[in-house]
Amino acid sequence: MSFLGHVITVQQLYGQLLIGLINGSFYALLSLGLAVIFGMLNIVNFAHGAFYMVGAFAAYFLLQYAHVNYWGALILSPLIVGALGALVERFLLKWISGLDHLYGLLLTFGLALVIQGVFQNQFGASGKPYPSPPELSGVFNVGFMFLPKYRAWVIVFSAVVCFATWFGIEKTKLGAYLRAATENPTLVRAFGINVPLMITLTYGFGVALAALAGVLAAPINQVRPGMGADIIAVVFAVVVIGGMGSILGSILTGFALGVIEGLTKVFYPEASNTVVFVIMAIVLIIRPSGLFGRTA
Amino acid sequence: MSATTSAGPVTDRAARDAGIAALALLAFVVIAPFVAYPFFVMQMLCIALFACAFNLLIGYVGLLSFGHAMFLGMASYVSAHAAKVWGLDPELSILTGVAAAAVLGLVSGALAIRSQGIYFAMITVALSQMIYFFCVEAPFTHGEDGIQSVPQGLAFGLFDLSKTPVLYAFVAAIFLLGFFIVYRTVNSPFGEILKAIRENEPRATSLGYRVARYKLMAFVLSAALAGLAGATKAIVVQNASLTDVGFQMSGEVVLMTLLGGMGTLYGPVLGAVIVVSMQNYLGQYVGEWVTVIQGAVFVACVLLFRRGIVGEIAKAIGWSL
Repeated sequence: MSFLGHVITVQQLYGQLLIGLINGSFYALLSLGLAVIFGMLNIVNFAHGAFYMVGAFAAYFLLQYAHVNYWGALILSPLIVGALGALVERFLLKWISGLDHLYGLLLTFGLALVIQGVFQNQFGASGKPYPSPPELSGVFNVGFMFLPKYRAWVIVFSAVVCFATWFGIEKTKLGAYLRAATENPTLVRAFGINVPLMITLTYGFGVALAALAGVLAAPINQVRPGMGADIIAVVFAVVVIGGMGSILGSILTGFALGVIEGLTKVFYPEASNTVVFVIMAIVLIIRPSGLFGRTA
Repeated sequence: MSATTSAGPVTDRAARDAGIAALALLAFVVIAPFVAYPFFVMQMLCIALFACAFNLLIGYVGLLSFGHAMFLGMASYVSAHAAKVWGLDPELSILTGVAAAAVLGLVSGALAIRSQGIYFAMITVALSQMIYFFCVEAPFTHGEDGIQSVPQGLAFGLFDLSKTPVLYAFVAAIFLLGFFIVYRTVNSPFGEILKAIRENEPRATSLGYRVARYKLMAFVLSAALAGLAGATKAIVVQNASLTDVGFQMSGEVVLMTLLGGMGTLYGPVLGAVIVVSMQNYLGQYVGEWVTVIQGAVFVACVLLFRRGIVGEIAKAIGWSL
């Protein structure tokens, strides 16, 4: 098969499709966290990429200094980073909650600079290897290709976490409180629900999702201080395409764009870095509020 | 966003204040090259103009562009290319760069201004990232190498820009021109409408103003002025590189404006002077920690003094700066 002068093998196609699905898992988890935070706090968390990176580093530290394996890190790292996020909300973001939402963006941007700067100075720009868990080494032979077990795990697990989050927010009682508090915080407070605590926990949860994505990414992409800064612009584009504040939209868009990016790498590699942004521009022309968004 | 409004010089006192402030700026431009390395001051003036262009949007229209480096960088590439490959005179090279930035501003502005607030900010981040990758791939930018050894040439066929004092006068004139354009814009009926949009967009719409068109005009003007800064910088430093189009630059200009004072005329200039000096002088001692310090200053500005330095001073002495 050939396209625009590139010779394409079937293995290459499936390989890039798989990488696309993996990246799509990270986009989905990250944009989901952004959407959850945005829904409740009305701020765009610019530090999201930084927390993703910290999540990966937390897994690395846990392994190096506490001999906590991958499975432990998968639980502990999001908890630790999520707790850090809750502290950030409680002691920094709370101060500016009444102000223009742009200040939240500026504050979290400054925070991202600090966090990324510290890690950059401490660990340099190069990546730290993180082994994939021995239980998931090896490959599945699925007939048309060899599928590394760890990669299959990342895709399935991310999809499950995304679905669980969607279910929790859209279908449970706690989620109903959350959505109600988003619509009218004052009224929900009057019902005796601790809205400020909910806001803090929501931010912590969104950040924990970013950290979880970081742990999942660690064995695939290595642990690098710059990994968050590299991904955040793409995730922003995903959120714009999917539509702000739509939980399901951000999940589907995340996976879909990962796949499209992977396919672009096969058919037209020169555009693989820009394809997501081009799609964003097209979506903005046709539907300014995003594919799944309500009108702004 | 809440920002101090600089009303036009309608009263004698306001006119006197504005005159004094303008003289102070002029004095700074004249004295600075004798105090600091002129080459450094020239770069600082370019960045200060860039910050003024950015401030036109955030300070007077309330639009936070988090991707303004795309205009600075693109104009810098085009101006360097025009001077080196096409052999244009420096003033024409700069104008070509400005035109490129204005066209880019028109296209990206048309996409972005349909959204508001944080949505707008995110779209500008993504668009500028797209331009960044374009500059990495496009042949004329020479990727990682950038465009090197750009000729400075004769401005208007008369002034030899390879002589430092001449180049300084040229850059200072461009900076003052750019600053004056911002000043005139802000204090014109057009500027008043922009401020009305910032304060209450639905009301401006209901008064019959075509808000989207005004926003787009302001966006293009801001992009063109950012382009003027970038194009001039390419002639000064004799190269164009990925640094000027990268995301870090977009973040730095936000910091300069926030630190100096959003919505003040002189704030972005002071902010640029502080941030650029900090990078240069502090960078010698603390190295890469400059980024961390910048981030901390960001957080401090947002939490403690949102008016910025000039904004706080203006409030304390009751002037409009």
